Amino acid sequence: MIDQKFAGEKTIRGIPVSPGIIIGKARLVDRSRVKILYQYLITGDQVNREVERFKEAIRATEEQLTMLKERMPDQVNQHGFILDSCLMMLKDSMLNEATIQKILNEKINAEWALKKSLEEIREVFTQIDDEYISTRINDVENVTEKILRNLSGEAQESLAEINERGIIVAHELSPVDTTELNINMVMGFITDVGGRTSHTAIMAQALEIPAIVGLETATDLIEDGDLLVVDGNTGDVIINPDDSAIIYYQEKQFQHEEFKSSIARKSHLPAITLDGRRIAVKGNIEFLEEVAAVRDNGGDGIGLFRTEFLYLKSKGLPSEEELFQDYRDMAEIISPDPVTIRTLDLGGDKFSSELEITREMNPALGLRAIRFCLKEPELFKSQLRAILRASVYGNVQLMFPMISGLQEILDAKEILAEARNELDRKKIEYDRDLAMGIMIEVPSAVTMAEVLAQHVDFFSIGTNDLIQYSLAIDRINEHVAYMYQPFHPAILRMIWHVVNTAKDAGIGVSLCGEMAGDPLCVPVLLGLGIEELSMNARSIPLVKKIIRSISVEEVHADFDKVIKLHTADEVRAHILDKMKVLVPELEEKGFLDA
Amino acid sequence: MEVVRKLKINNNLGIHARAAAKIVELANRYSSRLFLKKGDQEVDGGSILSILTLSCPKGTEVQARIVGEDSENFMKELNRLFEKKFGESR
Repeated sequence: MIDQKFAGEKTIRGIPVSPGIIIGKARLVDRSRVKILYQYLITGDQVNREVERFKEAIRATEEQLTMLKERMPDQVNQHGFILDSCLMMLKDSMLNEATIQKILNEKINAEWALKKSLEEIREVFTQIDDEYISTRINDVENVTEKILRNLSGEAQESLAEINERGIIVAHELSPVDTTELNINMVMGFITDVGGRTSHTAIMAQALEIPAIVGLETATDLIEDGDLLVVDGNTGDVIINPDDSAIIYYQEKQFQHEEFKSSIARKSHLPAITLDGRRIAVKGNIEFLEEVAAVRDNGGDGIGLFRTEFLYLKSKGLPSEEELFQDYRDMAEIISPDPVTIRTLDLGGDKFSSELEITREMNPALGLRAIRFCLKEPELFKSQLRAILRASVYGNVQLMFPMISGLQEILDAKEILAEARNELDRKKIEYDRDLAMGIMIEVPSAVTMAEVLAQHVDFFSIGTNDLIQYSLAIDRINEHVAYMYQPFHPAILRMIWHVVNTAKDAGIGVSLCGEMAGDPLCVPVLLGLGIEELSMNARSIPLVKKIIRSISVEEVHADFDKVIKLHTADEVRAHILDKMKVLVPELEEKGFLDA
Repeated sequence: MEVVRKLKINNNLGIHARAAAKIVELANRYSSRLFLKKGDQEVDGGSILSILTLSCPKGTEVQARIVGEDSENFMKELNRLFEKKFGESR
């Protein structure tokens, strides 16, 4: 909450969707709707002219949208598809042909006919359960609005014409509006409506400028040219702030920037705890191109290289040569740092055209990953040969996904031995000491960890699937998504057990699920003994920062308390309190969302 | 010529605006007409709005029916588009 002494004329609060603090002038944007005139047409001649007038408006709108697309700045051009889909809507039969039919059959003017078509489309869209799709009606409305403006000859104020830096204040910004923006002139966005997944939010995050949505009354209370403080961390907007508020927020703004750049500046340095323990912080990647992001963010190698893409890319199966070249390039680029290559983690359904696998009711529990590979030994062996061949070009490790028991390891090793023999016969080189590990992501593998540890060189705990399988929740199912709890005591106990078992057996252990990149999880994971984490590249700098603020000895002692807690909520509350002490800046700078 | 084939939606987001746009883009390149059917609802595959109203989340199976001269090639490409998850990575 804002301290009253820092208030201005008025303070309003909305939903912060993109962080950062700005102080600047309001640029009020009028997005009000066009007034519509309803008319009956009398003669056939009038009807034909009206159809022509409508087609002309469509052409004009098409031209405007195409021009917008061409002028779109590079930073946002991945959003160009928004304009493409708007262009398609222009020609869509439900909007275009349907309107022309109404002009012809009902003898009404183009505006009225278009409005009726829009209502029909709206009717259909409101019956759609999927919230994402039903809100696409906004795009249809936006396109309709542009056509209406062209019909009436009224030119809408274009956001591209804004030529003074300011904070955009609008009732709502459509995707088209946001693509029109001259981004150099925009300090941030605030809108009356919208939510966390609105386009305003996505765009602001892409541009790394603050944004607050859902302010409800912003356009009523704010006049064009008003001075505003926008706090994208808390969601507060202060209208015409007084001097003390301006000074306070300038200081806060400075600190936020300072903190962000300080963690980025240090991210290339190793992550060493206060008591001198080095923690390996690696990146998870899917494509070769992502290696750069891991390097830039200071990753200590690739902890998880997903290999599914090449199998999905082409219609047929990729050749061994194709796989080998990809793995070799990866090994060379990241060398001397290690890369852990995980073998195929796909279900048979992905190959339906090629291998005629029957459809499954429950693919997460079906014939996938190692199970699928063991059923298709030739496909599996071709991948293993490619990995073996790549192993002489860098520091490569091999990892099998979804292991549920020892038999799968033995079977996989047998196929691996065959692959090695084949290479030996052809006198092809490979790393004879190639480390081989398994993902621990099936609960039975946790229980059997002591046995499995005797047969592999390392464990990598895949928390995403481990949580899904242990708590029996489908992450994609929104009705149970709330139960996806990394802090569930059962999950913490499982991870703890796996780490202890690996250490007793003298093999390596790391963790590569989303938990690894979650700032809040870091103290717990270090507390239970993890010394290697692998995550999305962009999470690396902050995780390294937190590691440097922690003493392993202290979080280890604290874990004794954590492990006695009985619910996920208790654990979470405990960690939040702990975090405020360990890295106080995190809360101050708005990096913890409580 | 008419070709009919069942296609499965494998990307996490299902058929959303961008994916629907890609289907229409493809449809515009062929003279044959595409119809997509889910349950007993069949819509014009050349209309982005119609495709969206079909509401296809991940895992949905739709029946594609293509009528016209180049229907076979069209179906091949359409199948490829579905298989590569509309170019999305997950």
